[in-house]
Amino acid sequence: MPETALLPLIVASAFIGCLVPGLLARFGRNMSALGAAGVMASCLALLAPLMPAVLAGETLLTAYTWLPDYGLNLAFRLDGLGLLFCLLILGIGLLVVLYAYYYLPGGHVRLPHPNPLPHPQGVSPPGLAAKPLNPVRQAGEGANESLREISNHSDRLGRFYTYLLLFMSAMLGVVLSENLLLLVVFWEVTSISSFLLIAYKCDQRDSRLAARMALAVTGGGGLALLAGVLLLGYIAGSYELSVVLAEGERIRNHALYAPMLILILLGAFTKSAQFPFHFWLPNAMAAPTPVSAYLHSATMVKAGVFLLARLHPALAGSELWFWLVSGTGAITLVYAAYIALHRYDLKGLLAYSTISHLGLITLLFGLDTPLSVVAGVFHIINHAIFKASLFMAAGIIDHECGTRDMRQVNGLFKFMPITATLAIVAAGSMAGVPLLNGFLSKEMFFTEAVGHPVFEEMSWLLPLFATVAGILAVAYSSRFIHDVFFNGDPVDLPRQPHEPPRWMRAPVEILVVLCLLVGIFPQWSIAPLLGAAASSALQTPLPAFKLAVWHGFNLPFIMSLVALAGGITLYALRQPFFALHDRLPSIHANLVFKRLYELLMMLAHHVVNLLDNGSLQRYLATFITFVLGLGAWAWYSAPATLARATYQPADSAALAALATLIVGALGATLLHRQRFSAIVFTSVVGLVVALTFVRFSAPDLALTQLAVEVVTIVLLLLVLHYLPQNSPAEDSGLRLMRDVVLAVGAGAGLGATAFAMMGSPFETISGFYLAQSVPGGGGSNVVNVILVDFRGFDTLGEITVLAMVGLAAHALLDRLILVAPGHDSDGRPWAKELHPLFLSTLMRPLLPLALAVSIFILLRGHNMPGGGFVAGLVTGVALILQYLASGIDFSLQRLPRHKAKLLALGLLLAAATGAASWLFGHPFLTSTHGHIVLPLIGEIELASVMVFDLGVYIVVVTTVLMVLAQLGRLSRHHEEAA
Amino acid sequence: MEAVVATAIGILTACGVFLMLRARTFPVVLGLTLLSYAVNLFLFASGRLMLDAPPLIRAGARYTDPLPQALVLTAIVIGFGMTAYLLMVALRAMAETGDDHVDGREKS
Repeated sequence: MPETALLPLIVASAFIGCLVPGLLARFGRNMSALGAAGVMASCLALLAPLMPAVLAGETLLTAYTWLPDYGLNLAFRLDGLGLLFCLLILGIGLLVVLYAYYYLPGGHVRLPHPNPLPHPQGVSPPGLAAKPLNPVRQAGEGANESLREISNHSDRLGRFYTYLLLFMSAMLGVVLSENLLLLVVFWEVTSISSFLLIAYKCDQRDSRLAARMALAVTGGGGLALLAGVLLLGYIAGSYELSVVLAEGERIRNHALYAPMLILILLGAFTKSAQFPFHFWLPNAMAAPTPVSAYLHSATMVKAGVFLLARLHPALAGSELWFWLVSGTGAITLVYAAYIALHRYDLKGLLAYSTISHLGLITLLFGLDTPLSVVAGVFHIINHAIFKASLFMAAGIIDHECGTRDMRQVNGLFKFMPITATLAIVAAGSMAGVPLLNGFLSKEMFFTEAVGHPVFEEMSWLLPLFATVAGILAVAYSSRFIHDVFFNGDPVDLPRQPHEPPRWMRAPVEILVVLCLLVGIFPQWSIAPLLGAAASSALQTPLPAFKLAVWHGFNLPFIMSLVALAGGITLYALRQPFFALHDRLPSIHANLVFKRLYELLMMLAHHVVNLLDNGSLQRYLATFITFVLGLGAWAWYSAPATLARATYQPADSAALAALATLIVGALGATLLHRQRFSAIVFTSVVGLVVALTFVRFSAPDLALTQLAVEVVTIVLLLLVLHYLPQNSPAEDSGLRLMRDVVLAVGAGAGLGATAFAMMGSPFETISGFYLAQSVPGGGGSNVVNVILVDFRGFDTLGEITVLAMVGLAAHALLDRLILVAPGHDSDGRPWAKELHPLFLSTLMRPLLPLALAVSIFILLRGHNMPGGGFVAGLVTGVALILQYLASGIDFSLQRLPRHKAKLLALGLLLAAATGAASWLFGHPFLTSTHGHIVLPLIGEIELASVMVFDLGVYIVVVTTVLMVLAQLGRLSRHHEEAA
Repeated sequence: MEAVVATAIGILTACGVFLMLRARTFPVVLGLTLLSYAVNLFLFASGRLMLDAPPLIRAGARYTDPLPQALVLTAIVIGFGMTAYLLMVALRAMAETGDDHVDGREKS
């Protein structure tokens, strides 16, 4: 197996691995966590053999075609950038699995109530709500974790890990995709899985709203990205990255470059929370802290900047790119840093600081010099490391103190000195203190700001901007350190803080050690990976750069010093500054989003109400109007040619039939409020239709129509028994007028269409059926042969639908109790004698006769009019007559009890006849036939499709029976009630 | 002859549509039944109208088009299934709402 085959294997095993922790959850949370870690570790193990080649600068590619017509292939790619992200995703993922194991509610929490079912909110038994829920300390952010959350926590840990792995798999897919469309697919999966993770505490409204907002923003950005990628593929002529990345020149000069770039940037900026789409990220802090540490520092929000890095060779290098990307990045950098300074919530501060750092990375890619790209990639690494550790530290503080509010959380150093030291180091890295990794990439940023070629006249602007951003970063980092760990004593903490469990702190320790390693020995620790990643982001030879702590006493270093001093000063003087901030008018992006969302929902409701206000009449009328419009349009755009048509003359019989039909139809319509009369008129119409079939050479149809007519009328009568006998006169004149217009329009339209159709030239495809019926199908009744042989698969579908009607009868009417009135609408009581002796005596000997007739019809159906449908209906009629004559109890006792099994038998017979042809190597439902000679009866022709027809027969009979039995059961209730 | 059948189709459609637009379940079912007749006749007519030509293979006979007949046959049976189903839904709605209005409630 070539090494590159490992790439799809990594993604596939990650996706399949999603199920592991969920399935292992029943064996306890330990197994669940081990499973999740195992999946991540095995992905790392699969990645390991590929690493040397990639670090040496190779790009590994592998592709399987999927939908080649659409340019969508299962193509994977591993280069330095992909490897860097894989390591971040899997490495930090492993730490998060360990951390979440301690962070999320533990298995030792017991419900204070024996009832395992959660109580819906608001109806919990009195006393329960007042009782303290947690005799043992319970993890979580809010003090009021709901009952539900504790009740099935061990399942929920499995679910959490499953979501986490799903997210991880999608991220791996994004960074390993060679095909851009495939990348978009995985991109959307990250949005969905992050939705699930943010809404992890789905019983809390905040979580749900935050998850919805994140999905709306990132999912919407994903749609823009899809559009942008489609344009990009169109411009470049391929969706494969290797092609696209080499086509930079052509892409930038294309007329569609600007819209394409804006669409793709929309995708990247929403994902990476760039201003003005940043607002979802602070809300997403409603997620459990392990999720924030993973998604909102190291991985998901990095997907956006990953995309910038990935597509850099293809898209960058234009003025538009420079201004859009660096402008957005710069605004985000400073704005978010300013907001971060004013947050009281620990996670809120970190969230805005994340936005600010993402802005920095975006700005670096926007500056678009080779070194700035290197700095951007470097900062991706550094930020992931220190921010993940900070989030974890914040989670520990929350876990131990029960709150994250910095007005309460003070002076923690003396309670948890080790955690405090770790967090201080990580925060120092965030501020850009020398000897820590954050310092190195910030130094590179300052260097690029100083030397950037675009701002010739105002060369001081960018360095000034960079310094201001640096000052703000130092200020909020100082605030994080000083407020939380010093600044007096804690205020009203819900819990007494102390150091967390040993292994909960381990992930933070590992990350902080990495901060130091990279910060002190950059050349030795990170340079190879950074070099590989940056060169694949640039797709050009790497610029010369030196990773070192000390570059001499130059302008960037002075800027660093100014930032440090300025930041600490700003923090020291924060009181007047905060007071000023409080007086500034605030525009909450949250509110804007909410307004927009509500506006959109209102619009949607209006549109829905317009079309579907819950009134059947309204939308039937809409529908018919629409169809009429379509018909009129078709009629006028292509007038039918009626001129040369030859029609057959009508005879008196036809006219008489037409007159009868008109009387029946109009009678049913005009008298529809007297429902019994309407049924009678309808049955007249049915009979005329059956006669029409007789007249025009369709004996099978006539038989079927007649049998259906009888069964339908009986059903209508049975049902009418339980419904009002008359309709009230409730239609307004206007409504009637509208309906008459619609009805006449529809009738005239269909009538005219039918007339035009019958007059138009005619060509049939039925020659084949007529010619093949006897030699191929072994039957001379072509209609039946079509049904059971040529189009047997359709018929199988039809009887399945019928079987569903039978089951629906059971589902709809079982245990239903309807009491029918004891008298008719004029107040006359129904006949006392329910089952007249004369009728029942007459009917019993008739049953065997009727059954014999139906079997006759079934058997002869292949050659003469008849067949399974007709025979089944005739049997149905015979059984209905028994029921009418002798009552439901009499009938049910003599009928099979397990009707559902009979249905299944019928369907199986039909399907098995079809499947049997497989045994002989023929396609499904191939028929065979032959002649056999029976004593007394003589030679008869047997075709395999007769078994099929038997299945049809059984299904039809059973369906009729099931409907009947349910309706009959209703009347039994009625009799009992009477 | 064609004009007679076309008229029948038109009348049945008009009556069926009118009844389907009523506010009570029972007339709607009747309307659907009438409309089914119309549609079945229409489908049947697409094979044209021929007298004394059933599609039963015999020596020297002429045959009408069997394919629309096969289609209509299944349409009749399915139409029956649909009618039966709708009737049961109507009963169920009657039981649940105590009313036979198509929207499950009276218009206010």
